[in-house]
Amino acid sequence: MYSAIVFLPLLGFLIAGLGGKKLGDRPSEIITTALLFVSCALSWITFVDVGLHDGHFSAPVLANWLTSGELKIDWSLRIDTLTSVMLIVVTTVSALVHLYSIGYMHEDSSRPRFFAYLSLFTFAMLMLVTSDNLAQMFFGWEGVGLASYLLIGFWYEKPSANAAAIKAFVVNRVGDFGFSLGMFLVFMLTGSIAFDTIFAAAPGLANKSVHAFGLDWNAMTLACLLLFMGAMGKSAQFLLHTWLPDAMEGPTPVSALIHAATMVTAGVFMVARLSPLFEQSATALTVVTLVGGITAFFAATVGLVQNDIKRVIAYSTCSQLGYMFVGLGVGGYALGIFHLFTHAFFKALLFLGAGSVIHALHHEQDMRRMGGLWSKIPVTFACMTIGTLALTGFPMTAGYFSKDAIIEGAFAAGGHSGVAMLAFVLLVVAAGMTSFYSWRLVFMTFFGERRWSEQYRLLHPEHDHGHDDHHHHVGEPHESPLTMMVPLFVLSIGALAAGYLFKGEFIGHAAGEFWRTSLFTGEHNHILHEMHEIPEWVGYAPFAMMVGGFVVALFMYVVAPKVPATLAGKFPALYKFLLNKWYFDELYDKIFVKPAFWLGRLFWKGGDGAIIDRLGPDGVAARVVDGAGFASRLQTGFIYNYAFAMLLGLAALITYGMFSLGGGQ
Amino acid sequence: METLQLALVHALPEVILAIGVIAMVLVGAFRGKPDDGPMSEIAVVLLGAALVAIVLKTPGVSGVVFDNAFVDDRFGDFMKALALIGSIVTLLMAGDFFRGEGINKFEFPILVVLATLGMMMLISANGLIALYLGLELMSLALYVTAALSRDDARASEAGLKYFVLGALSSGMLLYGASLLYGFSGNVSFAGIAAAIGDHPNVGVIFGLVFLFTGLAFKMSVVPFHMWTPDVYEGAPTPVTAFFASAPKMAAVAIATRVIYTAFPGATHQWQQIVIFMSIASMALGAFAAIKQDNIKRLMAYSSIGHMGFALVGLAAGTEEGVKGVLFYMAIYLVMTLGAFAAILSMRVNGKPVEKISDLSGLDNTNRPMALFIALLMVSLSGVPPLAGFFAKWYVFLAAVQANLFTLAVIGVLCSAVAAFYYWRIIKVMYFDDAAPAFDKPSLTLRAVLAVSAVSMLLYWVYPAPLVQAADSAAKSLF
Repeated sequence: MYSAIVFLPLLGFLIAGLGGKKLGDRPSEIITTALLFVSCALSWITFVDVGLHDGHFSAPVLANWLTSGELKIDWSLRIDTLTSVMLIVVTTVSALVHLYSIGYMHEDSSRPRFFAYLSLFTFAMLMLVTSDNLAQMFFGWEGVGLASYLLIGFWYEKPSANAAAIKAFVVNRVGDFGFSLGMFLVFMLTGSIAFDTIFAAAPGLANKSVHAFGLDWNAMTLACLLLFMGAMGKSAQFLLHTWLPDAMEGPTPVSALIHAATMVTAGVFMVARLSPLFEQSATALTVVTLVGGITAFFAATVGLVQNDIKRVIAYSTCSQLGYMFVGLGVGGYALGIFHLFTHAFFKALLFLGAGSVIHALHHEQDMRRMGGLWSKIPVTFACMTIGTLALTGFPMTAGYFSKDAIIEGAFAAGGHSGVAMLAFVLLVVAAGMTSFYSWRLVFMTFFGERRWSEQYRLLHPEHDHGHDDHHHHVGEPHESPLTMMVPLFVLSIGALAAGYLFKGEFIGHAAGEFWRTSLFTGEHNHILHEMHEIPEWVGYAPFAMMVGGFVVALFMYVVAPKVPATLAGKFPALYKFLLNKWYFDELYDKIFVKPAFWLGRLFWKGGDGAIIDRLGPDGVAARVVDGAGFASRLQTGFIYNYAFAMLLGLAALITYGMFSLGGGQ
Repeated sequence: METLQLALVHALPEVILAIGVIAMVLVGAFRGKPDDGPMSEIAVVLLGAALVAIVLKTPGVSGVVFDNAFVDDRFGDFMKALALIGSIVTLLMAGDFFRGEGINKFEFPILVVLATLGMMMLISANGLIALYLGLELMSLALYVTAALSRDDARASEAGLKYFVLGALSSGMLLYGASLLYGFSGNVSFAGIAAAIGDHPNVGVIFGLVFLFTGLAFKMSVVPFHMWTPDVYEGAPTPVTAFFASAPKMAAVAIATRVIYTAFPGATHQWQQIVIFMSIASMALGAFAAIKQDNIKRLMAYSSIGHMGFALVGLAAGTEEGVKGVLFYMAIYLVMTLGAFAAILSMRVNGKPVEKISDLSGLDNTNRPMALFIALLMVSLSGVPPLAGFFAKWYVFLAAVQANLFTLAVIGVLCSAVAAFYYWRIIKVMYFDDAAPAFDKPSLTLRAVLAVSAVSMLLYWVYPAPLVQAADSAAKSLF
């Protein structure tokens, strides 16, 4: 059954990828989607079976991948509670996104390719979460990276999509470099990369050190930080976050699946999976907390002023990932995973809802050209509102349980650590900003004056969008088809109820029974208990921030819509700073991209062109042609020349024979 | 004391050909018609009978008969089988061409059988006299076939050039033989080896060089190759196919046998000679072919290059090396016959054409033929997994194992340069604008081309028979 979960999407990928042209669009869609739903159903069975009932742990080995000296790598499926949680997150969102894409992509000309990529992504993600060793995890890690690259650049005729795809790939490479180094270091320390072996060896390595760059490093800290570097890349954490907003160039279902619910959480999953290692290094956990806190704050500030509906949600994702890392960093691995779990529902919901809005407005993504839509697409509006409530942590919604728990955890850990306290402050402020930008999105999109119709007609005068909409009026926003709405309903239920239903198992009284050995906590780590023993005001702080954010957004975008422009005019520097995302792209361009191009051009023109090509291929080719001419000219056609050549050769050989003999005797 | 029966049993294939060819001469003379009639078929049957006699021979039976002049061993069997296959396929392919040109004379099959008989005697020669007998029997028949098309100036020129230069080389060979006899007092290879021991004197070295020069001429290795391009281009195409295939087997076989059985004590000297010739041939074959636009001339340089590669194995001086040579020659034979089947298929409106540009756009006009030629070209250039790669692999491996690194590296580089002109043909066939379509080739030509190309492509599926045969043949020489 476990194999079926993982390999059915692969089957779908192969069918749609290899036979998509032959099968046609619709059969490809149906096959991949149906396989995903089967996989999803099996995942839920697994979750109930492994997570909620007996919780037996298993890691069946499928095949030996490679054995080289000490290094032995197997293909195997590690099934424990953590995996089963990830399985349901991945397959549920993926199945719903498949279904949604049938409606969303209905105008696209290469749908089999799209569905093949989606299934490929799902397969890789499942390989990642079921891995029983670092190498298989890396395989899945790179697999999702590849699928992400392919899907961001799905509309490859758009230069911006290509650039975004490349950017995502390159930035991830930085993180993957760290991941590889971390993997090598773990192998060096333990002689294995199988989880069971390295987890067993981890406590013994807590105080070991390795010598590198002339310094002694704590082995565990170094390994964890290197591995965390990989997590930072994949999960778009501060400094390596720049690719995520650009990744919104991909189709919206892709953003929902990959860049909100699943792939970007791979880093969170990885840290949780490797909790036995991270528990051995307080330093590494502090870094995780700090990075998470900064990301949560930073991304929220940028989200305040973005105008592209998907970018706002993208920065929100970035920010929420920061929350998860803070949860992990303070030792509450369950907190991070719980937020991952609930976040998958409401963030996928927000993205798919945004997709529905974009669909309704014929691929308009700028919120400044929206407004007043709530009466046109009321169902979408309702779903988006549910998503927003969950994201901002409205009581009893999913985000309320998971996000507030992280904030409380951070405060509890703040008792022994200044960094955790700093993270707590950042998170609380970020919670207020989250509320503000989320409601701003809702108000700008659904309320206020309608700004879309004129622009729409201006933008698409002859309506030549390659758009096949004989079933609705030109320019009139319309509710999306049923295939797109059903996923929204399902996710809405998740966004409302996932927190309440599962809080007991994930972070409450039954947590120990639930997670068993899949998450490791050291003997001094009591974060799940300490977070209940905090002052009452801490529990109310996020709620207060949420209400504050809501009120400010309401005021600025509904009551007095002139205020934002006035504010931006009053603080132009700050506004520009935020609008340009703290100038990170420009900074990276100056520090890395430009010099890299310069260096590349130097090697290309100077090194390769002037030296290697001239002396190498080009030069050799020219000499070969000369040689060929010379060799051909030897063949004069005159028989006396031929005889002469023979005699000359004979004489040379004879001479050589005599001399070699003289030397020999 | 051997009996005549025993000797005749050992030489059964040669006996079959000798008696058969006399009968053919008589039939041809008394038939009273100049055309070939059934002669081609008779010749094929004769050669086929000889091949069967070799294949069905009790394995492991070997012996030296006819007063030490004739040796019957696995090595000989292997090379004779190759030579016979070359002759048979040539005859099968030749008929249509000669009939089309109006030169289907009955002498051609007879000459081929005679030449083949000479080759087999040459391969089995165990002494200088037998060597010369076989060589001349083969060569004289070949001179005539080169000039078979008497009314064609180019063919006549080719025949004459071949004859004059061949005479020169025979002279050198004979002079070398006489020197060897003078300094060792022996004509049998074993006797020579025993007489010179480990310290060859200058007379022996002279003899060795002269003798090897004569053989090098037949192998067409640099600098004794000069006749090759002209003769290949001038002679009728089936004759060229014959030159490129069967006689090469015999010449390489006897060169191998001579240096391993007669000069084991002069390894250092002959190794240097062979290395020099090998490098020169590989280089010339690679470079000179680039400028050719006539495909027969290109094949001439290609065969010079391939002989150079075969000599790489010879230069190694080990059993592995001999195995590599045998293997190389077998693969070379199949590729060459396939390539000439393709060249013979190049006819437009009944007229043969032989420019490379005539192949332009063949992919559009005759897709299977283009594919097969492409496969052969890829194999000739030595790209895995085609058989041509394994041929080169074995000889280079032998050279590396014998510490001849420079030779192996030069070989690989030359092979890279040579790939250019093979791949250019592919480029011409697939990317250039279509030239006039060829006539539909005969079934024989299509079959030879297809079998050759497919066997090169799929060789790796079941390589054991050829490898084992080459292995046991190489062992019998040591």
